[in-house]
Amino acid sequence: MDDLFSDAVRQLLADQCTPQVVRSIEAGASPVDLWSHLEDAGFLDALVPESLDGAGLSLRDVYPVLELCGTFAVPVPFGETLLARALVSESGARAPGGPISFGDGQIDAEGCLRCSAVRSGKVCDWVLVSHEGKCRLLPVASARVAADAFCLDATLIWPLQVWKEAMQVPVKVELRYVQAALYAAMTAGALMHVFNCTLQYANDRQQFGKPIGKFQAIQHQLSVMSEHAFAARMAAQLGLSSEGLNIDRLRVAIAKARTSEAALEVAALSHSIHGAIGFTVEFDLQLFTRRLHLWRQAAGSESYWHDVVGAALLDSASGMSLNLIRTATDMAIS
Amino acid sequence: MSQLDSLDPEAIPVEDEALRSEVRAFLSEAMHQVPAHVRARSWSGYNPEFSRELGRRGWLGMTLPKAYGGGGRSAYARYVLVEEFLNFGAPVGSHWIADRQSGPLILKYGTEAQKQFYLPPICRGESYFCIGMSEPGSGSDLASVRSRAVKNDRGWVLNGQKIWTTNAQHCQYMIALVRTSGEPQDRHKGLSQVIVDLSLPGVTVRPITDLSGDSHFCEVFFDNVQLAEDALIGAEGMGWEQVTAELAFERSGPERLYSSIVLFDEWLAYVRTPAGRTPQAQRLAGKIISQLAPLRAMSISITEKLTRGESPVVEAALVKDLGTGVEQLIPALIADDLFSREKADIPLELLNTLNYVTQVAPSFSLRGGTRDILRGMIARGLGLR
Repeated sequence: MDDLFSDAVRQLLADQCTPQVVRSIEAGASPVDLWSHLEDAGFLDALVPESLDGAGLSLRDVYPVLELCGTFAVPVPFGETLLARALVSESGARAPGGPISFGDGQIDAEGCLRCSAVRSGKVCDWVLVSHEGKCRLLPVASARVAADAFCLDATLIWPLQVWKEAMQVPVKVELRYVQAALYAAMTAGALMHVFNCTLQYANDRQQFGKPIGKFQAIQHQLSVMSEHAFAARMAAQLGLSSEGLNIDRLRVAIAKARTSEAALEVAALSHSIHGAIGFTVEFDLQLFTRRLHLWRQAAGSESYWHDVVGAALLDSASGMSLNLIRTATDMAIS
Repeated sequence: MSQLDSLDPEAIPVEDEALRSEVRAFLSEAMHQVPAHVRARSWSGYNPEFSRELGRRGWLGMTLPKAYGGGGRSAYARYVLVEEFLNFGAPVGSHWIADRQSGPLILKYGTEAQKQFYLPPICRGESYFCIGMSEPGSGSDLASVRSRAVKNDRGWVLNGQKIWTTNAQHCQYMIALVRTSGEPQDRHKGLSQVIVDLSLPGVTVRPITDLSGDSHFCEVFFDNVQLAEDALIGAEGMGWEQVTAELAFERSGPERLYSSIVLFDEWLAYVRTPAGRTPQAQRLAGKIISQLAPLRAMSISITEKLTRGESPVVEAALVKDLGTGVEQLIPALIADDLFSREKADIPLELLNTLNYVTQVAPSFSLRGGTRDILRGMIARGLGLR
């Protein structure tokens, strides 16, 4: 079931989310065409229960799809919307159409609700905002939009009245964990893509009369890249290994920490092997390595999550660290 | 690459996981008075009495058939047991190699007579094996071995020398990779594996003291050692293929993640005290767990492949290279944590354990193939060589 599902998404993204499309949306072109293709294909209700006309899948089923969002550097909040619709559906409601992202709301000096660094904030219609322990779905149309460090992100500011009148979404888990699980999966997809591209480049690029991949120094760098990419992918899979929609906090923390560590290593090695061409805007590598750094920062970098995992370990009464390692890795018999 | 793509989380079967509580109860009792710096030796710790006790409890040769005294279980059963042994720092060195790879190798390549002779005492924890691979002139370049077994009317006459042979001074047998035809320049051709009874005339074993003061590896000399005809294990000339398959067992197991775990747990016990807990230590603890947990899942995923009869050589190399890296990071980062503190009353046992693990850490990425050899194997798996 999930293989068929992810194969279909892969095909759709390969057709519709080409590097050219990513570039043009980053440059300010409308994301509406790409979004319509994704929304019309019906994947966005994958986690919504069948009783609400969704596919009723669980998190582990959609892992491959969320990974693909990284593989293709999808420049719209596809994974975010897929998860946000699931969260909305948990209370029996249906999310509105259009792209949804996540935000963390603070009251600013003017008494407005401010969400900084909303991922894909420039290309979404709705933001699921958490503020003072509550979550509500706010329309971007009524927000003041300010630029953020990454071209597709935005800082969004709403009059407090909009928050008060917005649709409430009872959410059981902190949105940061949901986002961390998502960005871990997307990072895993981008890591694997960057690794495969770099492997291909090392086979193609000739210097000193042979492909640079024939040099032992390059081979060992590629081996190290593969180690990080595969370990990160395993961590990301564990982060989304739950049945149903339950987020496992410890596993998500490990997933985000490990993928963020790998992002740094793999991005650096890929640029080292690509040389100057990888540093140009016209070469596709940058579409992915910029995102590796972005997603490393999103929802907390590795040290943020190391603190969370460390607290879980130090606060657990039992002696052996193996117990926590098993809690984080043992899979239920399916 | 496609083979690596399929490294997905796998579940340990319920019947194998069920072994854990039993072995843990035994180890809690057996190990609770052993100090951490001794437990940190784990699979380097020699204790035949302990090995025989494990044999009596049916915890050795788990993957060997019952007909030969084994457990008739899957690789998962051994995984669960070994994971507990290592985390408790149980002295499993005596039987370690026989249980991990010599037994499975004899089962796979041995004649019926060889299986009946060698396997039951392995399962009883009485018969110990070492691996004769490296020679003075053949370290990473294993195919250049020069030890030679020449056929005569009574079997084989063995001459040559092995080195870095772990536990040879305590073992009854060595499975040696030797040349049975051709010359060293013939490389992989003409190599065979022979089982050498180390009590035979002409065998000399000399322990080598390592930098920590322990003597866990040896040099072994063969001076016209007369081996019987049935000393040959497997097919003549197939030694290289057999050794390669053996190394998949050697490289993927939990012993590539947990070599520093006793130190880590000892440090945790200190960090859990009010005097020991700092934000820096909490972050470090999280960093180590975040690296170990995915590695454990990968190691279990490889165990799944072994149970299916696959030989995941490249994946095993990948896990070993990453795993030994974390094992070496643990003493380095713990030392930095402890000695970055302004004022600290660090328990002596923790310092002794740290000192031991710091000293032996270089061996983690030497034994079973150096870091550079493993990265070369991964590169080959990626199609680069």
